[in-house]
Amino acid sequence: MGDITMQLLVVQLATGIALGAVYALLALGLSLIFGMLNVVNFAHGAFYMVGAFMGVYFLGLTGSFWLSLVLTPLAVGAVGLLIERFLVRPLYGRGIDYPLLLTFGLSYVLIEAMRTIFGIEGVPTSVPASLRGAVNLGFGMFPLYRLFLIGAAAAVILALYLFIEKTRYGLIIRAGSRDPEIVQVLGIDVARIWLLVFGLGTAIAGLSGVLAAPTRAVNPEMGIPVLAESFVVTVVGGMGSLPGAVVAGLLVGVVFSMTSLFAPDLAELSIFVLMAVVLLVRPQGFFGKTGAMG
Amino acid sequence: MSESNFNPRRRAIVGAAAAAATSPFWFNVARAQTTGPIKIGFPTPLTGAFSAEAQDQSRAAELAIREFNESGGFNGRKAELLVRDDKLNAGEAATRTLELIEKDKVDFVVGSLSAATQLSINAVCRDRKIIFNSISQSDAINEAKDWSLYTFHEALNPHLTAGAVARYAFPKFGKNVVYLTADYAYGHEMVRGFQRAGAPLGVKMLADIRHPIGAADYSAFLPRIQALKPDVLVLCNFGRDLVNSAKQATDFGLKATTKIITPVLLYTSRLAGGADAFDGILGGTSYYWGMEDTIPAAKAFNDKFRKAYGGAVPSDYGALGYAGVRSVLQAVREAKSTESLKVSIALRQLRYNWYKGEQFYRKCDHQSVQSVVIVESKSKNMKDKYDVFNTLAIEKPDERNLRSCDELGHKIST
Repeated sequence: MGDITMQLLVVQLATGIALGAVYALLALGLSLIFGMLNVVNFAHGAFYMVGAFMGVYFLGLTGSFWLSLVLTPLAVGAVGLLIERFLVRPLYGRGIDYPLLLTFGLSYVLIEAMRTIFGIEGVPTSVPASLRGAVNLGFGMFPLYRLFLIGAAAAVILALYLFIEKTRYGLIIRAGSRDPEIVQVLGIDVARIWLLVFGLGTAIAGLSGVLAAPTRAVNPEMGIPVLAESFVVTVVGGMGSLPGAVVAGLLVGVVFSMTSLFAPDLAELSIFVLMAVVLLVRPQGFFGKTGAMG
Repeated sequence: MSESNFNPRRRAIVGAAAAAATSPFWFNVARAQTTGPIKIGFPTPLTGAFSAEAQDQSRAAELAIREFNESGGFNGRKAELLVRDDKLNAGEAATRTLELIEKDKVDFVVGSLSAATQLSINAVCRDRKIIFNSISQSDAINEAKDWSLYTFHEALNPHLTAGAVARYAFPKFGKNVVYLTADYAYGHEMVRGFQRAGAPLGVKMLADIRHPIGAADYSAFLPRIQALKPDVLVLCNFGRDLVNSAKQATDFGLKATTKIITPVLLYTSRLAGGADAFDGILGGTSYYWGMEDTIPAAKAFNDKFRKAYGGAVPSDYGALGYAGVRSVLQAVREAKSTESLKVSIALRQLRYNWYKGEQFYRKCDHQSVQSVVIVESKSKNMKDKYDVFNTLAIEKPDERNLRSCDELGHKIST
């Protein structure tokens, strides 16, 4: 291991942050839905996968990566709205395992649907021409597209923060998650809020998918490992906590990246070890409330 | 190898085979029927990660069946293909094969598309003295412990494929090498193949970085590879892992300084990964349809396939389905019998040129000795959607490129 230089460590750190940006986005969608609706969304990875497919589809249709970046979350969010309205809604108040099983089954339906429509092999796609290549950041070469990933994730996180903390809708969402009954008594249609939140969570998953598509193979099973990683991040950050999702997402990315450098065979394991340690020391995660799963 | 590895059962089988072939008093005691269609069981993963390749295998196999029947069959008997889905699962493959043999009474088995399923199919066939011609890569199936007189291997094996790519690429692109390896048998076997072929060429391994099979992101491995500045990066992984790692290595700009090669560059992986990600990546394959420019047998095979399937060209694994079935049916004609032992002996004698040039089965392990094609993926000047590779070289069939019979544990080489 005589080949480790300071420069390499910095590039490795940047790689970890780019990786963490995607983790953070994914976990954000998952945490949003859990925090507000108490629904553990096992179809989150599948929505990410659907987002990747739709991104490639819209790219082919419009010829513009930027347009597909806008259309895809809207389309995936719309699918999310339908699913909340007709499948998830009847299960509210029935305990946490009902929507969990529903979304688990739903993920298989979505995977099978993409297999039927696009084929089992997946579809080819690559980084858009304007974001291709690597740039010199002073400490080494870094792919332009990964820089863009970090920026895009930061923009989404900022927008979501402003929406939830600074707008009237955000205020209602926060109140609705804390005490839905009182909010209802105040004359606000909580069902509509929940619909919106579910749609927003799935739209973010779809956006993560379209952002990740150019760097990964787009195929019907691509969401399966991602689901597990997203759960690791939400557990580390605290179930339902949005700042937790962001901090833990970045941390998991950096831990994975650094372990890859020193012990590549343990990289995959490292994030689960991190989760186990966090669960032992702080069972509710960094920012989680105790007893959230009750 | 010590003398204690001597396999008496092996000698008995070969002895029996010789007796059977020469003695006029040998009667057909096995199940083989002398009337009705000649049945070939074909277990392959029609569903699962390799289903595109599997469907191509069965389409090409059907072509061999049709050809046999149109040219008169054998003694008025026609051939019939019984395709079964093994779901890329070793247990499922064994069950389907058992059904094919016990219930459907197949005469032969051809098929498989994974190292694991072919070993389980082979075990079932071996115990029931049914010929199995495997059409998927494996080193293990050549080794004495898995082998029987009824085991044939039509496909390439990792040792041969990796060796051919190493012999072509290392002298051209440089001797400082980094491996990015999927952490399971396939990846390890491939690294071993490259290292063995690379040793006499003075190849220096800078690092062998292992990644878990099925990893989605390789970016964390790439800065270190970049810092090592290798002449050659070998991606010892398969299918989607190859697609992912090739894409991300391209993003990191690795291609500017490093040649990326891979032991097995499949036609179907290239289609799934796209032209940009694979551009300039070099690898080995058993067959590429573009060989038809120089190999007449390839032209003839492609034309038959195009005619049967609306202008489509056969993939590498598809071609193996064709060859696997055609060899067995040809051996039936040569042996003038469908009885396992006699057909096995005919196969051992066979010299054939079905689609890619001269081939034969090595006597000790029944490995098909054949050429390896070195191809490079291109992104420009493509004539049509099938035109994805340039054929750089074809390594001629040569027994010396295989592991020796001795090394595999075979004590009798006749």
